[in-house]
Amino acid sequence: MASPQHPQASQQRLALGKALEELATKLSEHLKGVAAKVEADKRSMVINIEVDRSRILEAAKILNNLGFDHVKSLTGVDHPDKGVIELMVHIGSYSRGLKRIVVILRSKLDRKDPRAPTLTQIWPSSEFQEREAWEMFGIVFEGHPDLRRLLLPEEFEGLWPGRKDFEIPTRKAGEVEEPWK
Amino acid sequence: MEGGLVFIGDLDLTTRKVLKWLVERKPIKDIVEWANAFSLWPVHLMTSCCGVELGAAYAPRFDLERYGSLPFVSPRQTNLIVIEGTLTRKMARVARITWEQMADPKFVIAMGACAIDGGLFWNSYNVVRANEVIPVDIYIPGCPPRPEALARAILMLQQRIKSRGITRHDLELIEKNLKLEK
Amino acid sequence: MAASSLAIEEISKELIQTRDLGVTEEGERLVELQIGPTHPGSGHMRIRVWVDGDIIVRCDPDIGFVFRTIEKLSENRIYMKTIPLVERPSLLDTTPMTIGYINALEKLMGIEPPPRAKYLRTILAELTRIASHLYGIGILAIFLGHSTGFMWGFGDRELFVELANQLSGARITYAYVVPGGVRRDMPQSFPDNVEKALRYMERRLKDWYKIFLNNPVIEDRLREVGVLRKNDAVKLGVTGPNLRASGVDFDVRVADPYEAYDELDFMVPVAEEGDAYARTLVRFEEIKQSINIIRDALKKMPSGDIIHPQIARMFNPLMKKIYEETRRVKFPGIFASLKPPKGEATARVEAGRGEALFHIVSDGSPRPYRFRWTTPSYRNVILFKYLVTGHRLADLPAIYGSLDYFPPEADR
Repeated sequence: MASPQHPQASQQRLALGKALEELATKLSEHLKGVAAKVEADKRSMVINIEVDRSRILEAAKILNNLGFDHVKSLTGVDHPDKGVIELMVHIGSYSRGLKRIVVILRSKLDRKDPRAPTLTQIWPSSEFQEREAWEMFGIVFEGHPDLRRLLLPEEFEGLWPGRKDFEIPTRKAGEVEEPWK
Repeated sequence: MEGGLVFIGDLDLTTRKVLKWLVERKPIKDIVEWANAFSLWPVHLMTSCCGVELGAAYAPRFDLERYGSLPFVSPRQTNLIVIEGTLTRKMARVARITWEQMADPKFVIAMGACAIDGGLFWNSYNVVRANEVIPVDIYIPGCPPRPEALARAILMLQQRIKSRGITRHDLELIEKNLKLEK
Repeated sequence: MAASSLAIEEISKELIQTRDLGVTEEGERLVELQIGPTHPGSGHMRIRVWVDGDIIVRCDPDIGFVFRTIEKLSENRIYMKTIPLVERPSLLDTTPMTIGYINALEKLMGIEPPPRAKYLRTILAELTRIASHLYGIGILAIFLGHSTGFMWGFGDRELFVELANQLSGARITYAYVVPGGVRRDMPQSFPDNVEKALRYMERRLKDWYKIFLNNPVIEDRLREVGVLRKNDAVKLGVTGPNLRASGVDFDVRVADPYEAYDELDFMVPVAEEGDAYARTLVRFEEIKQSINIIRDALKKMPSGDIIHPQIARMFNPLMKKIYEETRRVKFPGIFASLKPPKGEATARVEAGRGEALFHIVSDGSPRPYRFRWTTPSYRNVILFKYLVTGHRLADLPAIYGSLDYFPPEADR
């Protein structure tokens, strides 16, 4: 009873992969000159868009007009060896026809002074997520109405816990450690 | 004739000493301990995820109210804190303030592996150990412990009250103050 | 280090100044209340409200009391040891969270579980969804003072927790889903027990309607309270039954199906009014739809393996014997040093409270380079800031309970 469902499912997946690539080419036309790279990831069913820091707001406005209307997740990925913090925004849509697609907007920020324009004017759903990204990585969002700590206590001493140079104790196999000492 | 001058010494201090001797004698001591044991009311402080099993323990299937224990609203009218689960730094300050606001005699139960020694989150930078914040009476292992384990902890606390008695932190303070007055 | 911390202090000072408010033009009229963690109506968070008489003027949620830094901890552990970490925050519906994490991991590894494992995962996910909705309804009932609703909610929930116990061996934290399949097969008496429980629940829902939903006191407290309009819900990125009660038809199980949902037959309840009563009604309807899904899945359950053949090839003879006799999977050594290829993967699931998103960045080592997940309660926190203003103070527990916000899930 298991095998008859398999060929149907894999045919469906091929059709979806083709549709995703068509959407990616259409998006790269809309974002001509703004985005450096637009590519579809068929395994996860997402479209990756890479923009430069100065073009984030433009790309966001174009995506908003196309129907992508809320932010699902906004965070940073720390690459200390390359000297960048990559801002990664997952954007989704509640409008008809686009509910299946997740678009990931990426942008590389300088690790010594990460600054980015705030997206709250275009997508109000990113307000609390930007507060957490500031608290964890130190990315300053210019124009945010209320940038302060969200999750950590106010007297927490220590800076930017999300970065790779903030270390937490590790235990190796067979070792019995007392980590609070 | 003024009444206070009949006795030798201070009437106030003598009465206090007589009352203290009477309260610690057998019949009254037993009644006080029995009353404390069967009215262990926890305060509504939910610390972390084991709170779900605490809620299930006070629900119809594992009814803990038959042991006299009723979750109540304010720290001044309850005498038990149940620390369920992980204690983060923000919550540790709240737990300490609530414990200091409670009137004596008070008890603390630490529920779950996270309250004993950090549990699954032992190396997180935002987690503290429960016994560094408030003094704990009973520990319950498990992740999360079943509601029957919480029932057993309350029964163990009741037996402990009856066998060891209750330490009143405020009686020592009263004695210290009296000595200073003299 | 000293220079950068000074610069950050300056930035924080000028950004924090924007948040102080407490005085209106007539003088000092606003009172700040802190509904703190030691409060029966607050859960594990602090709600700061500024009140003018009886009307709430501004509300500021203070979260982070259960922040256990799971994203940072997962960078220090191998992939298998993150499964219990991912379960713990959303302790009521744990299975959709583990399904999402394992789906992202399987996309990286390029394998897919066999069909019987998909159906078993779906059944457990729907059982936990019913239990989670009953918990939410019980908490809403106790916030409004309806203690019978609290007792009934928790009592009925015990039935489904017991069924999950029979399937996986634990009450609420199962760790049932492993990369490549599931850990255990269902026992012989399981379908009969499930059918008995579902029939009991259908009868019980009629009693719930009588005492809770058609109760004039509850209707008074919940109708037209906390109205969330459709374009506000879309703009603020709200998710879950809160979104579906405002008229938006979005469910990840239909929009982007995972596991066995594209072969099962169910509907998605949507309401139009957007007030607290509609949100509660949507949750009751979702319980009914979950009952249909479980019945359908048990009927269509395929037979076969419960673990991917590539992993079954790595069993040693003792594990193979145990698997063939009792259908339990003992983990082979490959799980301790699982090294997915370099790349990134994204997965989404529909948990009891809404949509959860998982993103894993892998660099070829046994530990993830970056693991990001957003929970539905974290996306719903913004409603505290924008939905509560303009209501009376006594409406705050009604709105809070109808949103079904669970603080450990939001703080992760």
